[in-house]
Amino acid sequence: MAFAAFGHSGGSKSDFKTPRKTSVKVAMALLIPGMLYLGLFFITPLVSLVVTSLEVPDGSGEIGRYAYGFEISNYWAVIETYWPHIARSFFYALMATILGLLISYPLAYFIGVKARRWPILQGLMLTLVIAPFFISFLLRTFAWKQMFANESLIVTTLQSWGVLAPDQYLVGTDFMVIFGLTYNFIPFMTLPLYTSLERLDIRLLEAGSDLYANPAKVFARVTLPLSMPGIISGTLMTFIPIAGDYVNASSQFLGSSETAMIGNVVEANFLKINDYPSASALSVLLMAAILALVTFYVRRSGTEDLL
Amino acid sequence: MATEFVARGSNLDLVGIRKEFPGFTAIDDLDLHIPAGEFFALLGPSGCGKTTTLRLVAGLEEPTAGQILIGGKDVSHTKPHERPVNTVFQSYALFPHMSVIENVAFGLKQRKIADPLKRASEALDLVQLGHLAARRPQQLSGGQQQRVALARALVNRPSLLLLDEPLGALDLKLRREMQIELKAIQIEVGLTFLHVTHDQEEAMDMADTVAVMNKGHIEQMGAPEKLYDRPKTLFVSKFLGQSNLFIGKIVETSANSLSIDVVGYKISVPKDRAEKHTGKIAIGVRPEKADLVQAKPTENSSENFIGPGEVKDIRFTGVSNQFLVDVPNIGLVTVFEQNEGNSTVKLGDQVWISWKVEHSFGLADLPADTLDED
Repeated sequence: MAFAAFGHSGGSKSDFKTPRKTSVKVAMALLIPGMLYLGLFFITPLVSLVVTSLEVPDGSGEIGRYAYGFEISNYWAVIETYWPHIARSFFYALMATILGLLISYPLAYFIGVKARRWPILQGLMLTLVIAPFFISFLLRTFAWKQMFANESLIVTTLQSWGVLAPDQYLVGTDFMVIFGLTYNFIPFMTLPLYTSLERLDIRLLEAGSDLYANPAKVFARVTLPLSMPGIISGTLMTFIPIAGDYVNASSQFLGSSETAMIGNVVEANFLKINDYPSASALSVLLMAAILALVTFYVRRSGTEDLL
Repeated sequence: MATEFVARGSNLDLVGIRKEFPGFTAIDDLDLHIPAGEFFALLGPSGCGKTTTLRLVAGLEEPTAGQILIGGKDVSHTKPHERPVNTVFQSYALFPHMSVIENVAFGLKQRKIADPLKRASEALDLVQLGHLAARRPQQLSGGQQQRVALARALVNRPSLLLLDEPLGALDLKLRREMQIELKAIQIEVGLTFLHVTHDQEEAMDMADTVAVMNKGHIEQMGAPEKLYDRPKTLFVSKFLGQSNLFIGKIVETSANSLSIDVVGYKISVPKDRAEKHTGKIAIGVRPEKADLVQAKPTENSSENFIGPGEVKDIRFTGVSNQFLVDVPNIGLVTVFEQNEGNSTVKLGDQVWISWKVEHSFGLADLPADTLDED
């Protein structure tokens, strides 16, 4: 149900109401490859993940050896150990999503509404929004690390101005990680917002101002509600991947051990300390938490009829 | 209920309004006075500047020059939300994310008027849509949406209600029904209505005063009957109804009338019905004012006649028969005859066309293709 936010739901029921038998068969046949793919590469690993998350040490005393079990307490253990990382992940995701929305909305509004009269400018700006995709995001994130590195011009300047203390740096801080997350996910926020603002009927805004609403009220009562579908899908498309991101917060990139998110913990447990059950339990928890949050969010925003 | 919507209409004055868009001038030095409580129609073809005029009054465009006064107050440079006007948009522009009643209450809520929902439902009752208050606009038919748009504007009791071709999207039958309803509501609420349309029947049917607009200026303005009876320019004579025009040099002038010579026929017009008294003039007559006669009429000073010509086409429209008569050296002349069941004129007949001199009208200008020849 949470995924309804991404598609044009509602209409699908009536569209498939009265197909003939043969077209049902054809549709089924066409679905088989996708179903097989999902079964093989999504359902199977998912089941394997859940099974692993319940495993217990096999008693051999060797690191990384586990046997099948049903150890629910694995979950309590990881929550107890890693709750700061879980909280930090959602805090970072929330901050980066809000910042991304604040940056992307005016940008998308300009491209989708104000630039309508100049299609070339519109196309150019859209290209610029997606242009970062032409370069690997690892490289781009690394470039930010260089720019904000401890001896970089930016940091020394900020230190000389007194904004940063002489022993204070940017890389490895909450600020730097949120900055990187915001930056990396801005296109995922801007594009859905643009899609919904691009369809915004200017005449409705004129009607709003004709009916005594000042520009701020027109925005709050007309523009904002009408662009809600874009806001919902934009925030979901940034919040969900950010909550699970492990690149920006990693100490190899913009973070430090102080900024580790769930993704970094999962990585460490899987690849460094070979604690597969804990890593799996964290992954399942992250997935469940995101699913619950998103469901609640889509329900609350009540924009089904606009989607 | 009607007392809720007391007459509060205001005068509208446009003084020397000019509106330029990049590359063209939409409105050129427009002066207009609309008295309070009047149903005023701006009539013209698309691109004549009538919708721009409306948007200027609403504040959705800013004039390049000139003043807009509502109730004597200069509002030329105020924002739309500060003006005591409301618009019924051509596209209705109903908010799709709000119910019908929320749409109607929108303006009241913005102005923080008490009991917005109660007033809104009264306005919906006025347009007979009280039972659909909870619906979304998308769930209504075109005619119902149109009435919601009307209620949404009327409920604010604006000094001036602007209607931008509000009936354009409706089918003919519904349009005629809405015309009657709209006129009845205007009389009931007593507001000043400024109605923009390209439908001459709609304008003549509803408005107290019609202004015919062409290429950014007003060609002629007046009561519909007067405009129709006495068009002053070529454009008005053709845009408002149909006209037969005869062009010639003035050859004879008496105390009350003047005459032109058109390939041997003398066509006269009363002096007070002619816009010019010297040189070349176009004299016209409405098709329903002209009669077909099957024998050559005798010359007399109170009637014009031309002929004989051949009946080329007869169109039966129910109320009237419309004849196209080809008069040699003059061209096609249109004549409407009331369908009284006794017409004996057949296709191919040779007929004369006659009309009373007092039904002629003389225009101020000439068709473009006759100007250079003399």
